Amino acid sequence: MPRQLHFSAALDSPGHVSAPHYAALARTAEQGGLDFVTLDDSFAAGPHRPDALATFARIAPETTRIGLVPTVTTTHTEPFHTSISVNTLDWVSEGRAGWLVGVSGTEAEARAFGRRDAAPESDLWSEASDAVEVAARLWDSWEDDAEIRDVATGRFVDRDKLHYVDFEGTHFSVRGPSITPRPPQGRPVVVVALTAADLPERTGLAVRHADVVLLDEPDPAAARSAVGRLRLEAGEQLRVLVRVEVALPDGVAAAALTERIAGAAGVDGFHLVPADPVRDLAAFVRDVAPALRERGILRAGYPGRTLRDHLGLARPLSRYSTAARTAIAAEVSR
Amino acid sequence: MTGRPLKQIHLAAHFPGVNNTTVWTDPRSGSQIDFSSFRHLAETAERGKFDFFFLAEGLRLREVNGRIHDLDVVGRPESITLLNALAAVTDRLGLAATVNATFNEPYELARRFSSLDHLSGGRAAWNVVTSSDAFTGENFRRGGYLDRADRYTRAAEFVQTAREFWDAVDAPARHRGPHFDVEGRLSLPRSPQGHPVVIQAGDSDGGREFAASAADIIFSRHSTLEAGKAFHADVKRRLAAYGRKPDELKIMPGVTYVLADTDADAQELAAEIRRAQVGPGTTINYLEQVWGFDLSDHDPDGPLPAADPVVDSSLVQGRTRLGDPVALAAEWRAIAAAKKLTSRELVIELTGRQSFIGSAATVAGQIDEFVQNDAADGFILVPHLTPGGLDGFVDGVVPLLQERGVFRQDYTGTTLRSHLGLPTPGER
Ligand SMILES: Cc1cc2nc3c(=O)[nH]c(=O)nc-3n(C[C@H](O)[C@H](O)[C@H](O)COP(=O)(O)O)c2cc1C
Repeated sequence: MPRQLHFSAALDSPGHVSAPHYAALARTAEQGGLDFVTLDDSFAAGPHRPDALATFARIAPETTRIGLVPTVTTTHTEPFHTSISVNTLDWVSEGRAGWLVGVSGTEAEARAFGRRDAAPESDLWSEASDAVEVAARLWDSWEDDAEIRDVATGRFVDRDKLHYVDFEGTHFSVRGPSITPRPPQGRPVVVVALTAADLPERTGLAVRHADVVLLDEPDPAAARSAVGRLRLEAGEQLRVLVRVEVALPDGVAAAALTERIAGAAGVDGFHLVPADPVRDLAAFVRDVAPALRERGILRAGYPGRTLRDHLGLARPLSRYSTAARTAIAAEVSR
Repeated sequence: MTGRPLKQIHLAAHFPGVNNTTVWTDPRSGSQIDFSSFRHLAETAERGKFDFFFLAEGLRLREVNGRIHDLDVVGRPESITLLNALAAVTDRLGLAATVNATFNEPYELARRFSSLDHLSGGRAAWNVVTSSDAFTGENFRRGGYLDRADRYTRAAEFVQTAREFWDAVDAPARHRGPHFDVEGRLSLPRSPQGHPVVIQAGDSDGGREFAASAADIIFSRHSTLEAGKAFHADVKRRLAAYGRKPDELKIMPGVTYVLADTDADAQELAAEIRRAQVGPGTTINYLEQVWGFDLSDHDPDGPLPAADPVVDSSLVQGRTRLGDPVALAAEWRAIAAAKKLTSRELVIELTGRQSFIGSAATVAGQIDEFVQNDAADGFILVPHLTPGGLDGFVDGVVPLLQERGVFRQDYTGTTLRSHLGLPTPGER
């Protein structure tokens, strides 16, 4: 019995700055039943593209099911702003937000901010790990039921359910709580792109914080063993999708891709990176998706409303909630 | 006013929240965070042909007496992200985000506002605020504190630098100044408005000067006719020094309103709303901001506290204290004695927020009077209910303003600059 796999696709389209372009691509991916789409970003001057998170917020109301996972970099930004921006993407998409974590390593990007020099990637990834930790704490800093609207006592919130996060790291500290209530998914889906032999700092971030890894490893055996290692360290809840470059000019290419996907073993799914997003996504939906569905590899329709639902990931409890604290205490005392 | 053509009124809608304007105890009060609430207010504003939709900002939850303030609406989205989503469900409405110039960097904000301008087809606006307290700074890399005197020099240089990035379409911008030493180019072509619209909110001399030099709109607090006229005259006079004409800066006070079928009903409703806005807890809180010590045992329905305020108090954070506390207390005691007011009634008297109260015809007349007499160029309306609080205004007052010939029947352009009658930088 073949296992159902997870599918996602990159919408990167250098040179495009208009909302309708991205909305049309996301709707195509949604017709195909993909779990989510990604959009790359950086602070480099080229290529022409708008802010990725802004673009996905812009198209959120024009889509209904597809997960939206923009790249947001952590090197020159404020972790507090990033946390509330990703949180807000989750609110405006009603639970479909993710965050593909990125860093900015170039001199040119550093000069555009003028705040610090370019640093080695290993430092940037450990800082990124702190940024994700802070974001997750801030998402949790409002318990789900913090808003009480208690007319009798005149209290809008229960302040005992709002929590300082008190993060102190080497690069920054953040007091909290968030200014934005806990998002619909509890925590938006954290995504990290990796190669099989990546920096330990980047892999470490993935192991500690990621819900999804986008694995860039063309060799099937190497990919399988990387997935095994990641699972061992991160646990069964991690979804590993293997990056696959897609060019579908004709039916022959579509049939070949179908076979390649059907023959995959040991992975949770695929991250499609189209050569020509407009052409290739349409071809995937028209030619490949039905064949995969027939074989039971791609699910028909969406199982729920949120990106976590699509990925089969539970909605986490706030780490500050009484229930979560009780669970941790029980764990420790065993 | 014969001989002079009627001035056209500008209107904006403020999504209410995070203060005691919103009457969240009202059963009609909906979610302050669901997208549907923002969408409803924005769609209503666009139905009313408003110039723009406005979001405020506060980067740390307010505290009173070292504890998170729990009596008012709290919790809000990140503004630029939210406005990008609203761009999908509106077509003409301007989209204004309040974003701090202290806890951000020019390159990133220039890029985010240019993106919003592109993704909305030319509807982005940026309300530049300058809060710089160390309390808020605890959430940011920058950490602390910017001296009060420095906040507008940083803000002015910040806006200047952002504009250099917006203009640097063909070659990188290079900026060297006391606050910023940066070089770069955005990954975006020139946006539809060239420069997104810049709004300034703040009232000090430095704030006014900054507005005169750099802003397209001032969000002011002066909501009486006389104060409005004086402010209007003062700010417009400052423009010439920067080579600008009076109509290049629009003055839009933030105002609330109460509408009912008759003026008498509206007055009654206004009193009811004030009591809902200023409950016993809010009264105590407000007094504590002046007295500077714990007043939880004070009776809000009795007289003001007998003791004098503590001068150097750390009780209040995330909010500026209201002035010299001892003098203020004396002043308040005098008002309370003269008008025979309890503590709560006094706070209601002092914070009475409704600017326009009456039937739709009365309110339309008052708004028009303000604008025709140069007390304002328009208003930023803050409803006291989310999300339906603007409905009555758009259905009742807007048609009357249109009948008077002082408010547009429909949009004539697509960008916010075109609604405001402002030129597009970079266009020849
Ligand atoms: C009408 C109005 C609205 C304001 N809204 C905000 C806001 O949303 N967020 C914020 O941080 N500051 C806000 N401010 C504060 C101003 O940015 C500024 O810090 C404050 O007015 C003090 O500056 P001043 O001394 O020039 O008046 C607002 C000020 C005014 C007058």
